[in-house]
Amino acid sequence: MSGLTPVSSLTDVPVSADVPVPTGQAPAPARAPSPSPARRAWQRFRRNRLGFWSLVIFCTLVVASLFAEILSNDRPLVVRYEGQTYFPIWQDLPETTFGGDFEALTDYLDPYIRKRITEGDNWAIYAPNPYGSKTLNYFAKEPNPSGPSRENWLGTDDRGRDLLAQLIYGFRVSVLFALALTAIGVALGILTGAIQGFFGGRTDLAFQRFIEIWGSMPELYLLIIFSAVFAPSVGLLLVLLSLFGWMGLSDYVRAEFLRNRQLDYVRAARAMGLTSWQIIWRHVLPNSMTPVVTFLPFRMSAAILALTSLDFLGLGVPPGTPSLGELLSQGKNNIDAWWISLSTFAVLVMTLLLLTFMGDALRDALDPRKQDR
Amino acid sequence: MNTPNLLEVRGLRVAFGGHEVVHGIDFHIREGEKLALVGESGSGKTVSALSMLRLVQGADVSGQAMLNGRDLLTLSERELRGVRGDDVAIIFQEPMTALNPLYTVGEQIVEVLQFKKGLTGGQAVEAAVELLAATGIPEPRRRAGAFPHQLSGGQRQRAMIAMALASQPRLLLADEPTTALDVSLRGQILDLLSDLQREHGMAVLLITHDLPLVRRFADRVAVMERGHLVEQGPVSEVFSAPAHSYTRMLMASRPERRIDSAPLPEHAPTLRSEGLQVAYPVPVPGLKGWFRKGRFVAVKGANLRIEAGHTLGVIGESGSGKSTLALAALGLLPFEGRLEVCGTDWDEARRSKQSRSLRRKIQVVFQDPFSSLSPRMTVEQIVGEGLQVHEPELKPEERRVRIERALSDVGLVQDPSQAGDWLQRYPHEFSGGQRQRLAIARALIVGPSLLVLDEPTSALDVTVQKQVLSLLQKLQRERRLSYLLITHDVDVIRAMAHDVVVMKDGEVLEQGACDQVLECPSHPYTRKLVEAAA
Repeated sequence: MSGLTPVSSLTDVPVSADVPVPTGQAPAPARAPSPSPARRAWQRFRRNRLGFWSLVIFCTLVVASLFAEILSNDRPLVVRYEGQTYFPIWQDLPETTFGGDFEALTDYLDPYIRKRITEGDNWAIYAPNPYGSKTLNYFAKEPNPSGPSRENWLGTDDRGRDLLAQLIYGFRVSVLFALALTAIGVALGILTGAIQGFFGGRTDLAFQRFIEIWGSMPELYLLIIFSAVFAPSVGLLLVLLSLFGWMGLSDYVRAEFLRNRQLDYVRAARAMGLTSWQIIWRHVLPNSMTPVVTFLPFRMSAAILALTSLDFLGLGVPPGTPSLGELLSQGKNNIDAWWISLSTFAVLVMTLLLLTFMGDALRDALDPRKQDR
Repeated sequence: MNTPNLLEVRGLRVAFGGHEVVHGIDFHIREGEKLALVGESGSGKTVSALSMLRLVQGADVSGQAMLNGRDLLTLSERELRGVRGDDVAIIFQEPMTALNPLYTVGEQIVEVLQFKKGLTGGQAVEAAVELLAATGIPEPRRRAGAFPHQLSGGQRQRAMIAMALASQPRLLLADEPTTALDVSLRGQILDLLSDLQREHGMAVLLITHDLPLVRRFADRVAVMERGHLVEQGPVSEVFSAPAHSYTRMLMASRPERRIDSAPLPEHAPTLRSEGLQVAYPVPVPGLKGWFRKGRFVAVKGANLRIEAGHTLGVIGESGSGKSTLALAALGLLPFEGRLEVCGTDWDEARRSKQSRSLRRKIQVVFQDPFSSLSPRMTVEQIVGEGLQVHEPELKPEERRVRIERALSDVGLVQDPSQAGDWLQRYPHEFSGGQRQRLAIARALIVGPSLLVLDEPTSALDVTVQKQVLSLLQKLQRERRLSYLLITHDVDVIRAMAHDVVVMKDGEVLEQGACDQVLECPSHPYTRKLVEAAA
C-alpha cells in the first residue's frame, strides 16, 4: 500500500478503507465463500456487454457450424420412400434405390429423383440449405458464377458451388484450425516461457538466443518451400504455423514468471520444501496466466487471418477444402460477381470483429488496476 | 499566535463513486505553522490533503478549502495550476517514483524555476545549485547533473525538497516524507524541513502515521480515524492528555516486552552459525564481464547462536545484509561457513537428502503481507500446503481440522469451529494484519522450532503491529519457539529480542544481550541507531 505515485496511492485508499473486519475478531457468521479471482474476472467480463454478447454470438456460430451437415447438405436428412425410411445423411445410397437408372450415388438435387421421393406417400426432409460444401449445382438456371437467387441464396461461385454452403464450411474449417493452432501455441508458449522464467540464468540465456535465431527464419518462404515439397494438407499447415507461433506468448509468460518467482509466496513455498515443479504448477503458473488468457482471442483472430491469407495465395489447404481465403481469391478473379467477395468479406469481418470485442473485454476484465465496482 | 489563517478547510468531504471516505472535516493552518495530520492507513489523511488541490482522480470533493481567501475547490483548472507549485508545493513519500527518471535532478529543478519564477537558463541553473546546497546535498554542482537513480534515498528526498522549495511556496504538503528512508536519515530530513520552514517562514502540513516524528516536528496535531477528524490541538496538549479514545490507542501502541527470559539449558541451540558468509554474483562491467562474474559479499562471517525459546534480533538499515542472512538461514541461498539448524548442518542435510525434513524445523514470515500469499489460492490451500508436503498421509478431514486449529491459534478466529467459512476465502478479502496472521498460521502448521521473521510488522499500522507482536510473544511462550527477528525498528527489537546483532554493510558490528546492547551500545553506529529511534 505504499503510495508509489500520487494517483495510484489515492485510488487505493477507498479499497483499504472498506476492509471493515477488525483483526482478531470473528467474522459475521455464515458468510458465503468469497469468489475466486478467476470468478471475479468473469463477473467483470460479463459486465462488459459488448464483449459478453460477442462471446455468446461467436460460441453460437461455432456450435452451429459444428452441425453444418444438418444446416447445409445436398443429401436429405430423412427420406421415406415406399414404406422404407432412409437416412441419406449417414447412408450412401445408389440411385436405383429410388427408381433411378444408375448404380451411382444418388444426386438428390436431380429434379427426377426429387420428384420420385416427394411424390404420393413418399416424403423427404432436406437441409435448410440443400447444398454441401462440394456440391455442384448442375441444374442452375444461369451460368456460373450465378447471382443470389431462390435456389442459391447467396449465389454460386465460379464452379457452381453454393456460396452459403462454402461460407458455412469455410468458417468451420477456419475456426477449428484457429482453435487448434492457438491451443498448440499456448501449450508450447507456456511450457517454454515457464522453463525460461522460472529457472532463469543459463537456461534462460540459451533459450532466448535460440528464440532469436528461430524467430528470424523467414516463415513465409519456408511455407512456400514446404508446400512445394509435401502434399498440402491442413495437418502440415498446422505443424508449420505452430513451429513459429509460440514465441510471442513465450516471452510474456517468461516475463510473468521472472516477476512472480521472486515474490514472497514463492520463497515461502521453497522454505516449505516444495519441489520446483510443484511451485511452478501450484504457485507461479496460476498467477502468470493473465497475458495468456488476454491474448487468446487475438491469437485466434491472427490464426484465422493467417489461414485466410495463405489460402488466398494458394499456399494453404488442399484444393477442394472449403476455405474463406480461396473464396476471396475467387472474388478477386471474378470482380463482377460481387456476391462472392462481398459475402466472404462480411463473414471474415464479423468473425474478426467478434474476436476483437471479446479480446478487449477480456483485457479489461483481467486488468489488475481495475477494481470491482 | 495571532497570525492569520493561511489555509482554512471547512466541511471537506471526499467520495469515490458514491462511497464516502472523508466525512466532513474542518481544520486550519496559520502562516508559518507546522500541522501534522495523523492516522492509520485508510483513515483518509492523504486523500483529504491532496483533494484540496484536486489532485485526486475520480473523487467527488465538496466543502471549502480557503487558501488566502480563495476557495481552492471552486477555482478553474487554470487558476489551480497557478496555486499548485506556486503557493503550495508537495513532497511525496517515495522520491524515486516522484522524480522523473529521464531527467537529471538539476534539470527538473531548473524547469520549475523557469516555469514558475521566469528565470533565464543561466540564472535558473545557479539558483538550482543553491537550492540543492541549501538542502545539504554535498557537492551540489555535481549532483545537479545526476539522474535520480544515481542518488541515494536520502539525497533523492533532499532533491525533492529542493524542487518543492524552488517556487518558494507558502504551504508545503509533506506526505509521509520519511517513511521510505532509513531510520538514521529520518531525523536528518526532518531537521532539514524544520530549518527550511523557519528560514522561509512557510507553513507545513505533515501527513504521517509516525507519532514520535510528530512530537519532534509539529506545532499542532490533527488525528484522523476512518474519514473523521477526531481530535486536534497543540502537540504538547494532545500528547500529554489525549481526549479521544482513538488517540489514546495510538499513543499506547508502542509494543510491550512480554517474553520469558529464562533460558532452556537442556535444549541444544536452534540455530548456530560459524563464519557464515553469503555472496552474490554481480555483473562485471566491460569485456571482462563476458567471461566472469564479480562477487558481492552480502554477509561477512557472522557467528550467531539462538537458544531454544529465545529471540535473536538482527537490526540494521537497508542494504546491511540482514535479509540475506534470513534467506541463508532458510537454506534458500548458497553460503560458506557452517550453519546448523536444530543441530543438523544444512550442507549435510542436503548431501543426505534430508533437507526437506530440516525445512520443517525452520519456517518464515515475510514483511509484505500482500506478496506473501498467493492471490489465487484459498485460505485452506495456503495454510494446508505445508501439511501436504510434510504429512501427505493425512486424510482431507484431518488436514482440515489441523488448518482450523492453526487459524484459531493465530487469533484469526476465537474457536476452531468458527473457522469453517474462512477456509474458502481468498487473500484479497483480508486486511494486512489478518494476512500476516495467515502467514504465521502457514508457517506454524508444520510445527517448526525456529521462525524467521523478516520485518514481520513494518508494513502494518502501529495498532495492528502491536497486536501481531503480542501474538508472536504469546506463541513463543506457549510453544518454546525460537525467532530470528530481522528488523530496522529498535522498538520492535526492544519488545521482542533476548539477544541482538547489529549489522552494517554485511558485517556484524556488535552483538550481545538485548538490554546491554541497547542501553550501553559500544559501537558508534549502534548508538546512532538507538538515538534516532528515541
